[in-house]
Amino acid sequence: MASTPPLLSVRGLRIEFGTDQGPATAVDDLSFDLRAGEVLGIVGESGSGKSVTALSIMGLLPTPPGRVVAGEILFEDSDLLKKSRTDMRKIRGGAISMIFQEPMTSLNPVFTIGDQLTEAVRWHERVGMAAARGRAIEMLHKVGISSPERRLEDYPHQLSGGMRQRVMIAMALSCGPKLLLADEPTTALDVTIQAQILDLLRQLQEEFRMAVIIITHNLGVVAEFADRVLVMYAGRTVEHASVEGVFDRPSHPYTEGLLSSIPDIEADVLRLTAIPGTLPNPHELPPGCRFQPRCTYARDECAAGPPPLVPVAQSHLAACIRHTGYRRGAAAPPAMAGVR
Amino acid sequence: MGRYIVARLIQSIPVLILVSVISFGIMKLVPGDPAILIGGPTATPAELDVIRANLGLDQPFHVQIWKFYIGLVQGDLGTSLLLGKPVLQATIERIPVSLSIAFYSMVLTLFFGIACGVVAALNRNSWADQGAMVFALLGVSIPNFWLGLMFIILFSVHLGWLPTGGYVPWQESFGGWFATATMPAVSLALLQIGLLARITRSTMLEVLKQDYIRTARAKGLPEFVVIGKHAFKNVMIPVITVIGIIFSVLLSGSLVIESVFSVPGVGSLLGSAVLRRDYPMIQGGLLLVAWSLLMLNILVDVLYAYFDPRVRYDHGS
Repeated sequence: MASTPPLLSVRGLRIEFGTDQGPATAVDDLSFDLRAGEVLGIVGESGSGKSVTALSIMGLLPTPPGRVVAGEILFEDSDLLKKSRTDMRKIRGGAISMIFQEPMTSLNPVFTIGDQLTEAVRWHERVGMAAARGRAIEMLHKVGISSPERRLEDYPHQLSGGMRQRVMIAMALSCGPKLLLADEPTTALDVTIQAQILDLLRQLQEEFRMAVIIITHNLGVVAEFADRVLVMYAGRTVEHASVEGVFDRPSHPYTEGLLSSIPDIEADVLRLTAIPGTLPNPHELPPGCRFQPRCTYARDECAAGPPPLVPVAQSHLAACIRHTGYRRGAAAPPAMAGVR
Repeated sequence: MGRYIVARLIQSIPVLILVSVISFGIMKLVPGDPAILIGGPTATPAELDVIRANLGLDQPFHVQIWKFYIGLVQGDLGTSLLLGKPVLQATIERIPVSLSIAFYSMVLTLFFGIACGVVAALNRNSWADQGAMVFALLGVSIPNFWLGLMFIILFSVHLGWLPTGGYVPWQESFGGWFATATMPAVSLALLQIGLLARITRSTMLEVLKQDYIRTARAKGLPEFVVIGKHAFKNVMIPVITVIGIIFSVLLSGSLVIESVFSVPGVGSLLGSAVLRRDYPMIQGGLLLVAWSLLMLNILVDVLYAYFDPRVRYDHGS
C-alpha cells in the first residue's frame, strides 16, 4: 500500500486570512497523502479549515483576503501552488474538480443545464458542440437523471435541489477527474436525498476509480463513504486514521466528542452529548492544544505547547498530550473512553 | 414570448386612457379662459370667439370630449396653433431627429456606462476604480444644459471643431449629422453614464460573490468567459431595468438640450409649444411621449425576460 506514490500530497500547508485585526490562521501545518482511488474524509466544525483546504487545492482560495503562507500541494509530483494561472485553469475541472454545498445557488440561473454542462468539456477537450452534448447526456444518465435530452434545455430553477446536485456532480465528472473534492455535498439536501446522493457518489467513485476528498461535519457520511478520516480542529489535524481506527479507537478527545454527538437509535440514553463550548476565535487561539478549553481531560501541560501529531497505532495519528505523555513513559495512559 | 408581448400591450391600454384623460384635461385646467391666454391682451371679443370656435370651446362639454376621443381614435390630435398643421404630422416630422440623438446618446451611455462599471468592479479599489467613480460622480452632478453650454464655448467658440447648433439629417450627410449630433448626445449621455457605471459596478461586485461564479471558475473556464458570460448576463438583469429609465430620462432631457443646441426635434417643438401656449400641440405631444414611453417599457420587459429565464411567462412551470 505504501509503495504506490500518492496522487495528492499536502505538506505543511498553512493558510492565513488577512482581517482588520491582523492575519488569522485558517489552516496550520496540515499534511496528508491521498492515493489514487482512495477516499479521504475531512471532518470538523464550520470554521475548522476544511473548505479553505479544498479551495486552496483548487487554486480558488479568495486572495485577498486568503493566502497560502507555507507548504506545498503536490499533485502527481508537481506543486499546484507554483503553477501558473493558465496551468491551474487547465487542471481545474479537468484532473481535479469540485462540487459544492449549495446546489441551489451553485448553478448559474440564466443559462440552461445543457449550456453549463457542455462548457467544461468544450473548454478542456476542445470538442465540438455535438460531442459535448453527447457527453452531457451520457453524464446526466450516469447521475440518474431521467430523459436527459429534455433536461438539457431546462434552467436550474426548474430542477429540485437533489436534481441540481446531480447536475453539479455530472458537471464535475464530465472531464474524468482523477481527484474529486466534495465540499459538504449533501448538507443542504433533504435527508432522503442525502442518502441517494451519497450512494451515487460512492458508485461513481468506484466506476471512475477516482480519489475523493469528502468534506463534512457528519461522521456518519464518513463512515459510509471514506477509507480514511482526517479530523480537523481550529485549522490543525487532531486525528488522522482509517475509518475503522477512528470509530473503534478514537484517540483525541475532540473525535470522541464528535462520535458521541452522533444520534444512536439503539442507545438507551436519549440525550445527545454535545461538545461544550465553541470553536475558538482565530485571533484568540488558546496556547498549546487548541481544544484544551473544551476538553474534559485538559491539564495544565496542555497549554505548554502544541501537542505533536504522533502515531498511536498502525497508520493512526493523533495530536493529544496524553499520547506523548504515554510515549515518554511519564505517566500511565488514561483509559481510552470507550464511546461505542 | 409572443403571448407575453400581446398581454403587455393589452395591459398598456388603461394607462393610455388615463393619459388621454389628463391630456384632455389640460385645456380645462388652464386657469381662466384659454382663448384669452392664446389671443393675448389685445384680442377683440370677435377674435376670441374665433379662437374658441377653433378650439371647440364653444361647444358643450360632452361634445368636446366626444370629439376629442373620436379624433384620437382616427389619429387626429388636433392642429397646432403655431405651425398651422396637424400635431401628429408636426411631431412625426421631428421624431427621427430626436430619436437619432437619443439613440446616439443611448449607445454612448451603454458602452461607456457598462465598460466603466465593469472595469471599476474588476479592479476594485484601484486607481481605475477610483477614477471611474469620480467620473461617474461628476457625470451625475453636472446639469446637462450647463454642460451643453460649456461644450459650445469650448468646442465651437474656442476650438471651432463643431458647429454651435443645428441639425443635419444623417440621410443627407453622415458627417454633418455626426458633427451636429455629437455635442447634444454627449451632454445628454454624461449624466446617464455616471448613473449606469455606478449601478453596473455594484451589481458586478455582487454577482462576483455568487456561488455560480465559483462554480464557473471550478470548471476551469478562462476568466474572460467567467466574467463575459457567466457574470455579465446576470449583471444585465438589473441593468436592463435601469436602461429603460435612462432612455426615458434621455427623451425628457432632450427637451432642454434640443433648445440649447437649437436642434429641431420633438423636445424643442414641445418646449416652444409650452412657452407659447400651443395647447393642441401640448396635448398631442403629451400623448405621443406617453405612448412611446409605454412602448419602451414593454421593450424593457421583453428584454428582461430574455436575460432572466425565471420571468418568462409562457413557460409551463
